[in-house]
Amino acid sequence: MDDRWMSDADFARLGFKCGLEIHHQIRTEQKLFCRCPAILRRDAPHARVLRHMRPTMSELGVYDGTALMEFKTRKNVTYQLYRDTVCTYEFDDTPPFPVNQEAVDIGIHVAMMLNCSIVDELHVSRKQYLDGSIPTGFQRTMIIGVGGHIPYRDRQVGIIQLGLEEDACRQVSNRGHDITFKTDRLSIPLVEVVTQPDIRHPREVPEVANAIGRLLRSTGLVRRGDGSVRQDVNVSITGGTRVEIKGVPKLGWMEALTRTEALRQKALLDLREELLRRGVDKDSFKGDITDCSSVFRSTACEFIMKALEAGGKVLGVRLEKFKGILSAPTQPGRNFASELAGRVRVIACIEYDPVNLLHSDEPPRLGLTEEEMRRAIRACKAGPEDAVVLVWGNMQDVTTAAQEVCIRALELTAGIPNETRQPFPDGTTDFERILPGPDRMYPDTDSPPYVITGERLERIRRQLREPPREREERYHRMGIPGPVAFQLAIDQRAVLFDRLVKELDIPPVFAAAALVEKMKALERRYKPVDQLSDEQLYEVFRACRDGRITREGVGAVLAGLSERPGPVDMRIREVEGQKPDRRTLEAMVRGAAQKARTDLPEGRRRFQAAMGTLMHDLRGRVAGAEVADMVKAALGR
Amino acid sequence: MYKGYRGRTKGRLIECGVKVWSDVEVRTGHGSFVGIILPRSETADDYHLVLKLRNGYNIGIDIDTIQSINEVGYREGKYKIPEREFPRDARKGNVTLLGTGGTIASRLDYRTGAVIPAFTPGELYGAVPELADIANLTTIKLYGVFSENMGPEQWKGTAEAIGREVAKGADGIVIGHGTDTMHHTAAILSFMVQNTPVPIVMVGSQRSSDRPSSDAAMNLICSTTTAAKSDIAEVMVCMFGGTSEEYCLLHRGTRVRKMHSSYRSTFRTIGDVPLCMVSPKWGFRPLRDDYKRRRKDRDILIDAKFDDRVAIVYYYPNMKPDMIDSLVDRGYRGIVIAGTGLGHVNKPLYPSIIRAKEEGIAMYMTVQTLWGYVQMFVYDTGRDLMDAGIVPAANMLPEVAYMKLGWALGHTENLDEIRKLMLTPVAGETTEREPHNGYLILQGGIPEVEEFIAHRMH
Repeated sequence: MDDRWMSDADFARLGFKCGLEIHHQIRTEQKLFCRCPAILRRDAPHARVLRHMRPTMSELGVYDGTALMEFKTRKNVTYQLYRDTVCTYEFDDTPPFPVNQEAVDIGIHVAMMLNCSIVDELHVSRKQYLDGSIPTGFQRTMIIGVGGHIPYRDRQVGIIQLGLEEDACRQVSNRGHDITFKTDRLSIPLVEVVTQPDIRHPREVPEVANAIGRLLRSTGLVRRGDGSVRQDVNVSITGGTRVEIKGVPKLGWMEALTRTEALRQKALLDLREELLRRGVDKDSFKGDITDCSSVFRSTACEFIMKALEAGGKVLGVRLEKFKGILSAPTQPGRNFASELAGRVRVIACIEYDPVNLLHSDEPPRLGLTEEEMRRAIRACKAGPEDAVVLVWGNMQDVTTAAQEVCIRALELTAGIPNETRQPFPDGTTDFERILPGPDRMYPDTDSPPYVITGERLERIRRQLREPPREREERYHRMGIPGPVAFQLAIDQRAVLFDRLVKELDIPPVFAAAALVEKMKALERRYKPVDQLSDEQLYEVFRACRDGRITREGVGAVLAGLSERPGPVDMRIREVEGQKPDRRTLEAMVRGAAQKARTDLPEGRRRFQAAMGTLMHDLRGRVAGAEVADMVKAALGR
Repeated sequence: MYKGYRGRTKGRLIECGVKVWSDVEVRTGHGSFVGIILPRSETADDYHLVLKLRNGYNIGIDIDTIQSINEVGYREGKYKIPEREFPRDARKGNVTLLGTGGTIASRLDYRTGAVIPAFTPGELYGAVPELADIANLTTIKLYGVFSENMGPEQWKGTAEAIGREVAKGADGIVIGHGTDTMHHTAAILSFMVQNTPVPIVMVGSQRSSDRPSSDAAMNLICSTTTAAKSDIAEVMVCMFGGTSEEYCLLHRGTRVRKMHSSYRSTFRTIGDVPLCMVSPKWGFRPLRDDYKRRRKDRDILIDAKFDDRVAIVYYYPNMKPDMIDSLVDRGYRGIVIAGTGLGHVNKPLYPSIIRAKEEGIAMYMTVQTLWGYVQMFVYDTGRDLMDAGIVPAANMLPEVAYMKLGWALGHTENLDEIRKLMLTPVAGETTEREPHNGYLILQGGIPEVEEFIAHRMH
């Protein structure tokens, strides 16, 4: 697929629309609906529970698409438990405890930052998830604010809603009919930011995601680190449907993913046109299933042979007038047959590497002979305009697979199915599940509504910080260099920074460098600088303002604190105590100057050498400028 | 029209010309909201309007912030559960499902959150299609009460309904029941329904069946399988065996008790082992052999009598004698005491107990430890209490003793006859011995136990 022809105007013509759902874990001590500590585990689980999920029917007496799909997969779901950080709530043997009010406060805070209207009364809802990722079969979630916006370049991106919800389990493995989840992450609170589909070009997607991420991080109330953010990207084009690319791990993937998705939808719409030209629509569509096992009694195709030996079957699906459609490209390196394969993999749980189906639009491979394919086509009574898809596996799964092939082929006559798709680094996606609709939402009868009072809103409003964009501009005006200002605008220490400048009159450029660059360096060296409280840091800077330590001394004290946590004053005194008295200092300078004069012929290099020797000993104990003046005097310049 | 709305909010709805199910745009001092007006819980406050937004979420809006409500449409919630005709197959057993009110199977109305019980065979088939592979199902709705509201009238009615259905030829009975008092009903049915030729299986669910993770489906599948195919002709409870969804346990109706407020595997056989394991995958695995077998005849005995002038007194230290006095004064005919340890109460109660004896009140001692026997010879206290007229009820569970005493008093007021009825086991309510594996409450933390549950939690 070549998309060089896609200019901005072309994307506009395509009707490219994109919105984001950004899930960000928030920083609370405890989980959202129980009192377990909100921490992740790396060690082996202590116990396991086995469950199954069963769909509940929709109002019309039919199963909801996702529900049906998940039920067809018949998964044995195993949950791994930890006795000290997972309780009976997580594995659904205890009803929810009252919602964590600290989390609600943070949700309100974030909603305010996004300029949302805050709801007056929170209603906890259940969002069905039958993939097993939540033991109840639903996620408890609530809306905190609606109808907000954030600034982006010279316009605004609308915010549909800010939700507060419990995180799901982490998947450990998923093979065939067995799926295993770790429950540690379950019920850690997160906020979900849902934007309007206001993004008009793939290039803008990571930028908007980044703007939202920065806004969230600037509050200092969200979790950091691996897995604390998950981004879903919704894409549609004119005539297409909303498709959700789920769990995009990196901003850097977004542009290619959304670009490819727009083109995939375009390709599928073109294929539908082609089918219509051939007279195939949803009423005239024909897909029938034939048992072709007898064709392959002595096949050299290893997969098929194994399936037959295990008592399974090979089914042929004849898709009338589909010849050539299966090999039509839909994404780079993928074609319409890949769409079918995705469904077979997920819904029928048939996975084979490299393929779980073969079809008549491709040359025979994997040991399948042309003769076998010809006989299969004959067995399926397929004509020259038809395509045949072969699937194999145990009786039950292969039947599901063949039906699923028909279903997906039929969907092509309607357009783009609502799907959740799994992203890959190369910008392509594969089927993950059917996208559920609003019907999967229903009230949580276990939780009461919670009134949000005006006093509470006022209290939180007073805590709001300046938004990162304004903050960054202000830092620029203070003379702080671009990258430092950009980082500091969302840094946890930004509030401290403002206090240092305002209350202690610390020069902004110095304070910013210390808080951003020095801390980053220390983190690389000693790891935990998070443990240093703003109050401790404030004390260090005050000692500098009071002349107890030099600017370099600030760095030395911070290093001391990171290396050996302890009372701040003790670390300050260590550095302070190292400051030599005037006479010692003068003697040191004289000695260094003397040596430099003897060793080196030239004045400037003498200065550098003397400074180098002296600062090696004195860094942090005496201000560099002071030493420089003394050296200059001693060298007689 | 204004379901659940009262006072100011209702007034406001009328004022704006909208009602429940109106699709509206609400303008408030802090933004606009578009959605459908939902019914409000009647116990909730009267100054919030509940709206279902387009994305399916619900929110509450403070009525005082509302500037206007503009109706743009109307979408009423439908409460009909879809029915499919339950297939009948002459080769399969006929099972009658008696409903008392617990929602074994149900679906939830997405818009209101109301749980709609599935009960007719067609509805059940729609919800749990596997049932059709097990039996031909007939359903009879006896009552529609929460299990805590079950009482003598419902117990008698249920017993009589069982009698009728068995006489008509049912191959097994399933009784849908709320879980809270399921073991009480199981106990009384064990006395009221005797000599049953077919299995009588009580079933319910700990997680309502509108939830994807509900235990209802497997409980229903296992109980129907038991009713149709098991050879155990007793009153039983069939519920999740462990918290993992692997098998159900069949508990004898007189030895079972709900032991956890919310676990799926809440029902446990006390002081003995359960009758059988049953799984949708591998069928029955009997755990003992001393049960009554299924028969072809229809010689069932329905003995539905109950005198409700019976109470359980759960003894606690420092209990005052007026607790006993008040029962005597109010005309109670029977008292079951759940005593401490081997079956004790304090000395200050003695005069009241003696007075109760003189009034001809039947008094039986059980143990609040639940496991173990009453043994009133070990300490003087016990001997004194027996002298005062309290009869030790062996290892009968307190709730079971309550049921049996009510049932016995329904037959006679003669204390000797009552004593004979009480101490002659009818359905395993007392046993002659407690096996070593009848008391197993595994304690977490112990290495062997941790190793056991590391594989899979039970």
